[in-house]
Amino acid sequence: MTLALVLEQLLNGVQFGLMLFLMSAGLTLVFGVMGLINLAHGSLYMIGAFLCAAVAGATGNFWLGLLAGIAAAAAAGALIEVVVIRRLYDRDHLDQVLATFALILILSEGVRMIFGPFPLYLNVPDLFRGTVRLGIVDYSLYRLALIGFGLAVALGLWLLIAKTRLGIRIRAGESDREMIAALGVNIRALYTVVFALGAALAGLAGALVGAIQSVQVGMGEPVLILAFVVIVIGGIGSIKGAMVGALLVGVIDTMGRFLLPRAFALFLDTSQAMGVGAALASMLIYLLMALILIFRPKGLFPAHG
Amino acid sequence: MDSARREWLLNSALALALFVVPLWAWIAGEPFIITLATRVAILAIAAVGLNIALGLGGMVSFGHALYLGIGGYVAGIAAHHAFNGTPVLGLPGTNQMLPVWAIAMLVSGGVAAVVGALSLRTSGIFFIMITLAFAQMGFFFALSWPAYGGEDGLPIFMRNQFPGMNTNRPWDLFLIAYAVLMAALLVFALLRAARFGAALMAIRQNPDRAAAVGISPFGIRLTAFILSGMITGLAGAMMADLTRFVSPAMMAWTMSGELIVIIILGGVGRLFGPVAGAAILVGFEVFFGGVTEHWKLWLGLVLLAVVLFARGGLIGLIAGRARHG
Amino acid sequence: MKVFQHAVFAATLAAGAATMAQADTVSVGMITTLSGGGAGLGVDMRDGFQLALDMADAQNIRLVIEDDAQRPELAVQIAERMIQSERVDILTGIIWSNLAMAVVPSAVAQDILYLSPNAGPSALAGANCHPNYFNVAWQNDMLHEGAGAYANELRYQNTFIMAPNYPAGTDALNGFKRYYEGELAGELFTQVGQTDYAAELAQIRASGADSIFIFLPGGMGISFMRQYEQSGLDLPIVSAAFTFSQDILPAVGSAALGVFNASQWSPDLDNAANQEFVAAFRAEFGRIPSLYASQGFDTANLILSAAAKADVSDRAAFRDALLEADFDSVRGDFAWGPNQHPIQRVYIREVVEVDGEITNRIVGTAFEAHADVHGENCNM
Repeated sequence: MTLALVLEQLLNGVQFGLMLFLMSAGLTLVFGVMGLINLAHGSLYMIGAFLCAAVAGATGNFWLGLLAGIAAAAAAGALIEVVVIRRLYDRDHLDQVLATFALILILSEGVRMIFGPFPLYLNVPDLFRGTVRLGIVDYSLYRLALIGFGLAVALGLWLLIAKTRLGIRIRAGESDREMIAALGVNIRALYTVVFALGAALAGLAGALVGAIQSVQVGMGEPVLILAFVVIVIGGIGSIKGAMVGALLVGVIDTMGRFLLPRAFALFLDTSQAMGVGAALASMLIYLLMALILIFRPKGLFPAHG
Repeated sequence: MDSARREWLLNSALALALFVVPLWAWIAGEPFIITLATRVAILAIAAVGLNIALGLGGMVSFGHALYLGIGGYVAGIAAHHAFNGTPVLGLPGTNQMLPVWAIAMLVSGGVAAVVGALSLRTSGIFFIMITLAFAQMGFFFALSWPAYGGEDGLPIFMRNQFPGMNTNRPWDLFLIAYAVLMAALLVFALLRAARFGAALMAIRQNPDRAAAVGISPFGIRLTAFILSGMITGLAGAMMADLTRFVSPAMMAWTMSGELIVIIILGGVGRLFGPVAGAAILVGFEVFFGGVTEHWKLWLGLVLLAVVLFARGGLIGLIAGRARHG
Repeated sequence: MKVFQHAVFAATLAAGAATMAQADTVSVGMITTLSGGGAGLGVDMRDGFQLALDMADAQNIRLVIEDDAQRPELAVQIAERMIQSERVDILTGIIWSNLAMAVVPSAVAQDILYLSPNAGPSALAGANCHPNYFNVAWQNDMLHEGAGAYANELRYQNTFIMAPNYPAGTDALNGFKRYYEGELAGELFTQVGQTDYAAELAQIRASGADSIFIFLPGGMGISFMRQYEQSGLDLPIVSAAFTFSQDILPAVGSAALGVFNASQWSPDLDNAANQEFVAAFRAEFGRIPSLYASQGFDTANLILSAAAKADVSDRAAFRDALLEADFDSVRGDFAWGPNQHPIQRVYIREVVEVDGEITNRIVGTAFEAHADVHGENCNM
């Protein structure tokens, strides 16, 4: 086990974490401002990937596809908010879980009816093909670009929330809903915009990740569960928490898959160690989440005091 | 007619229908209808279990598939060892339902005690998510544990036996499931009427006030959670016998979602909500599944409509709004 | 012992479930995956099966199709309905080993014939084999064994092997190792449904392997190959057909070019039945058929051949007719082993680009007449 390998795995963990952050940021934003649990967030991720693949396939241009994916996810988000989600804000979590669970069924089957049952083709843009030498590690250029995207979005979100009028309203919405209505802010429009923003982030994540994964129906569900783990660890509603949680989950999951089988190989035979190690690695982040909640019942960075 | 009386009538009608339809099928020689009714009854038992935690206690567990799976694996492992004539943990395997049920309830109750004790430190969405996390651990464990089939699951070649019954006959198996369902509903009704149930509902509505009048929220809720897990575990053992098969899919998060869906479709906290909900869900799978491969789309639309426009579920729609909560 | 118990059980049930359908009509129930992420395989299998019926203009087959959504308990429920309400004689269609394990043992015990167009779990090939169970595709290990044998021919010395952590994955690695004679640079189990392979790619790079064997069916294979292409690794890959079959190749794209994969069938296989099948499938559906489509096509033709010779209500006679295998398989010669799994030639295909389409082309043969190893545990 060389230093280069360990460093590369750490980098992989960080990259995975930043992709999770893109998913989690939208989810936690929606929960922070509107108090809504949105299980259908993974479906918006899927929509982003499918539209990106379809448009990139038709035009041969990944960046047009990326824009289309983001736009489609945002539009789908806005539509869902106006038709369904709006009615759920003053319901309890149970109704929200159920209604958005129903949306998953509808959106998954809908996408399959439109795009068919076979996975779509989406390739990495020419600009980011191949590898780049980072000191002692050869690293995929596209993964490095993903790290850049993740950091850029984090910065952009921070600027949006800290520096813009919309951000002020979002922060006000998080702390006191009646007050911003009293200030004459159109709260319905604000909610639609925030939901669409969250959806756009999911669509962006789906389109970016779609280039190195399989663009298929159901692709949003595993990553949805991971995103929930992230925001629960971080403290729901906290963007900072989502960032910390995402990096924790990304690095621990990657290092667990890498190190646990090796650790077991010290006292078991190879095949057995690989099996046991892989089994434990797949449970690791849920174990982490349970542990954090037992000691910090509201996550690492509770959003509302 | 007031709503309580209407609900009582509706409950009686449901109980009767769930008996008469398979009875007719038995006479008419339609064994599949009996199997479907058995599946409805067993899913309803699982949902009755969840309804104790969710309906009475307001604890939205998004991980009850864990107990269903544990019960299932107890039945599967016992049958596996009985079939092969090998011991498990020093004990012989068994193909008798009664001891299998007892062990299934014991093990799922034990796991529910640990999960509940840890999860009840949190509330709201954190509770939803921590119960999901524990269920996911169980799912991945079952998935990657090779001894009992891993993802391939574990077939049960011979159904477990019940004294005086031939469990290979659909009608006999249905009678067993129906009797257990009625017993589970009785437990639920007694719990709700007892001081325990009143305390549980008081805690759900206002934990601080309940604590002020000397009710310990944690102990009461934990007890309810354990009971809830035990009943769902029992349903899991019966489900394994019905399908003659257990697999990690029983513990998947979508299964937890389905149990909640059953309760919502029927009516949260309603005595017969799980029965109505299970019947609707199974009916949907069977009738729409045969008509269109896009049946999940329609299920989603119906579910959405129920959540948005018919909050009391089927029972609420017919019997009016609930008296409590 | 198990077979005996099955037989007793079957006798009790069969008495009640005498077929109600017309004596000369064969009722076939197809349980397959038509929704969710794995739907592509089921759709291809179904289309292949239906095409065979259409081409033969078969009037004597009643086909009922239902979606199992890749859920074992739903598959069991559909099987019960098809057996008890639809009174089917034959079940077929299941794509996944875990669903087959859920449905097949109890179906064949109820005197229903099961013809597997895809899954071939080792349990059903060995100790739990059954006279009513016929596998028209392969035993799960078979194609991986072909990959192992071909790795020797390619003189791979130090192969890194990887599969998901579930029984079909373990079977895959064991099947490969059974024939591969070189060293192993490493052995990894990934998670089922895993989408990111950065950690595994880093380990392959660090292992000094000279080649890679993978079994990552469906979306897992697409994800791996996409990421492999961007990882800067350039090792030869050998695999079984599942990871490089026609249903996912368009989504993998040029990343798959040059990969060797073992298969009992290929679209370019040169026999009359296959040429006709591939042309008809393309004309009907506008795409190149996959392995799964070919297996569905063969399964339907096998049923048609038996239905021409025997009445399905006489199960023993129909079984004998199936065992004659008097049909033109698109894979060429077709012969049964003692456990009613095929003994067949295993080809090596290479992923190539032909007229702008990514597809497979035969470049060699791994085995001439290959039988699976589990048959020796089968006492039928």
